[in-house]
Amino acid sequence: MPPPRWGDAPLWYARCMAKTIVQKIWDQHVVSQDEGAPAILAIDLHLIHEVTSPQAFTGLRTRGLKVRRPDKTVATADHSIPTTPRNLPIADEMAATQVKQLETNCNEFGIPLHGWESPNQGIVHVIGPELGLTQPGATIVCGDSHTATHGAFGALAFGIGTSEVEMVLATQCLLQRTPKTYLVRVDGKLQKGVSAKDIILALIARIGVGGGTGHVFEYAGEAIRALSMEERMTICNMSIEGGARAGLVAPDETTFAYLKGRPHAPQGAAWDEAVARWKQLPSDPGATYDKEIVIDANTLEPMVTYGTNPGMGLPISGSVPDPATESDPASARALTRALEYMDLTAGQSILNQPVNTVFIGSCTNGRISDLRIAAAVLKGKHVASGVRVMVVPGSADVKRQAEREGLDTIFRDAGADWREAGCSMCIAMNGDQLAPGEYAISTSNRNFEGRQGKGGRTFLASPLTAAATALNGRITDPRTLA
Amino acid sequence: MAAPKVERFSSALIPLPAENVDTDQIVPARYLKVVVKSGLADALFHDWRFNEDGTKKTPPFVLDDPRYARRGILVAGDNFGTGSSREHAPWALDAFGIKAVISTSFADIFKNNALKNGILPIVVDAALQVQLMDVARSGDAAQVSVDLASATLTTPSGTVVKFAIDPFAQKMLLGGLDELDFVRSKAADIEAHERAHPGTVNTTAPQAAQ
Repeated sequence: MPPPRWGDAPLWYARCMAKTIVQKIWDQHVVSQDEGAPAILAIDLHLIHEVTSPQAFTGLRTRGLKVRRPDKTVATADHSIPTTPRNLPIADEMAATQVKQLETNCNEFGIPLHGWESPNQGIVHVIGPELGLTQPGATIVCGDSHTATHGAFGALAFGIGTSEVEMVLATQCLLQRTPKTYLVRVDGKLQKGVSAKDIILALIARIGVGGGTGHVFEYAGEAIRALSMEERMTICNMSIEGGARAGLVAPDETTFAYLKGRPHAPQGAAWDEAVARWKQLPSDPGATYDKEIVIDANTLEPMVTYGTNPGMGLPISGSVPDPATESDPASARALTRALEYMDLTAGQSILNQPVNTVFIGSCTNGRISDLRIAAAVLKGKHVASGVRVMVVPGSADVKRQAEREGLDTIFRDAGADWREAGCSMCIAMNGDQLAPGEYAISTSNRNFEGRQGKGGRTFLASPLTAAATALNGRITDPRTLA
Repeated sequence: MAAPKVERFSSALIPLPAENVDTDQIVPARYLKVVVKSGLADALFHDWRFNEDGTKKTPPFVLDDPRYARRGILVAGDNFGTGSSREHAPWALDAFGIKAVISTSFADIFKNNALKNGILPIVVDAALQVQLMDVARSGDAAQVSVDLASATLTTPSGTVVKFAIDPFAQKMLLGGLDELDFVRSKAADIEAHERAHPGTVNTTAPQAAQ
C-alpha cells in the first residue's frame, strides 16, 4: 500500500479499516495476547478421531484435567477402521484397540461420539458439515491436516498436532500466531469435464506444495462462487497440499441453503440472527492480502498428478516434465526421484497410462455429489477387466443416500466394490491398500511415496477422471467419453 | 509429563538431500495405530530404511549408515515435514535421538509439532544449507553447535549464524515451561470470552431438540 497523500485520506482510511474474512474471524476469537506471545485463540468446534487423540487423553489423565467444553467437541472413528461390513469385528488388533480407546475416552470425558457403528459415523470432515456443526465464522480444529475442508463454510479451520489436541481439550483454546493471507481468485467458468478438484490441483501445480506456507488461502472469484458447497469443500480440503494450514470461501446464499435445517444448525430466530451475523463475514472491499494469485477457470483442463507430491500435476493432455529442463537443481533432483519411484519417463504422455486400481472416496471427494458423478459415468457399463475399483462413501449418511438413489447397484453392476464409510485407501491404515508397484488413480489428496500402500503409486484426479479411467483401465480424459 | 527443555547441544550432521520430505516418509501411516508416544524409533523413515522382510537396506539409509551413527542433527532439502498433522513425526525423530532439523523451510504443522517436542526446526538460507549438506555428505564428523538462548548455530568452520525462532517457543523451551500451564493461567480471560461469545455450535444436542 503506498503512503497516503492528503487528498487520499478517506480512501486510505477505508483501506486501513478494510478487513479480510480471516482478520474478522481472528479478531472475534482472540481471548487475550501477552506481549511477545502468540494469541490465545478460542475454538468453536474441536473434531476428534481415533488416530491423533489417544495420547492427548493420556495427557489429560496425567494432569488430572477434564475436557473443558464437551459441548464443543465431537468424535468419530474414520482413519483406521475397516470398510468391510460393520457386522464383522475389526480384525487388526491395533486398530481395534485404537477404536476401543476412543470409545473409552469419549465415555470418560463426556464427549459425543459418532462411533464405528453409529448412523452418523464417517470421515470427520464429511460429518461435520453434514450435521450442521461446521458453521461460518467459527474456528474449527482437528488433529488432521485436512481440517481446512470446513473452510468452505467461511470458517477458519486448520489441522493441529496431538499436543494441541490436548491443549484444546483442556482449555478450548490454542496458542496461535496471526496467519498471513493469500487471495486465490479463480475467474471465469469451468469447461465441461473440468471440476473443483482440477482447480485445486492446478493451483498446487502452479505454486508448489510449499507455496502457501504461513498463509491462509481465501478462495474467491466467479468460478468459486458458482461452486456447490461440496465442490468448495473439495477445494478447501487440499489447502494443506499447497502448504496453507487453512483455506476458506466467504459464506453466501449457497452456504446458508446447505446449512439450513441440518441437525446442529441454529433454528428459528437463532437461525435468522446467525445468518445476519454471517453476512458480515465476507472480506471488505479494499481489504489487502499478503499474497495474491489469479487463475483463469476457462483455460483449465482436467488435471492429473504424475509424481510423488500433489504439486507434481499436469493437464491431462500434457506430458511428464523432464528433469533436464529444470533450472533449479533441487527441483531437478526431486523430479528425477519422483519419476524413478513412479516408473515414468520424462516426456511421456500421461494419457493411457495403465492403472491397477481406482479409488473413489476420501474427505476430498467422498461426498454424494462425487459418487453421483462417478455413477453417471459407470452406469450400464463395466470397468476394464483386471482393474479393481473401490468406491468408499465418506460417511454412513452418504452411503445411505447413495443407496436410496441406487448408486450402489450401478457401482456393483459395473464391477466396482461398494464399501462402508471411512478414510480407507486414502491413507491405507486399514488394510485397503495398493500392492508394491501397483498404480492407482485416486480421488484422494496425497500421492506421496507409499501413501496408498508401501511401494504403491498414485495418480490424483477428479471423480470424473477416475471413473472414466476405470472404464478403460488407462488414464482417460473424461471429455472424450461418449 | 514434563515439558521439553532445550539450551544448547552440538552434533555432527546427517545428510538428507531430499526436497519436500513428507510426513508419510517420516512415519508411514501404518505406524499411527499406536496409543502411546513412545517406541517409534524404528518407524522413523521406515520405508526408506528397511526392506520388505525387515532387514536394513544395502547400502543403508543415512540413519543406519555407520558413518552417521549417533548424530543428532539432520540437514534436509527444502520444505521439510510437508503433509499431515501427525505428531508421530517429531515423536519418532525424538525417539531416534534427532534434536534438530536444518532446512530452508518447514511445513507449518510439522514446525509447531517439532517445537512442542523440543526438536528445533532451524531455518537457514540456501547457501548455508548447501554448505552444511556438503559437510554432512563428506562424512566429516565436524560438529555444529546450536545455542537456543542466542538462537545461533556455529558451523564447522566456526561461523556463527543467527536463526529465526518464535520468541515464545524459545522462552518455553529454554525454561522447560509448559504451554498448557500458560494457557490455563489465563482461565479468567477464557471464561470472560466464553461469556461474551457463546457461539452457535453445540455438539451435545441437535438445535431442534433444544
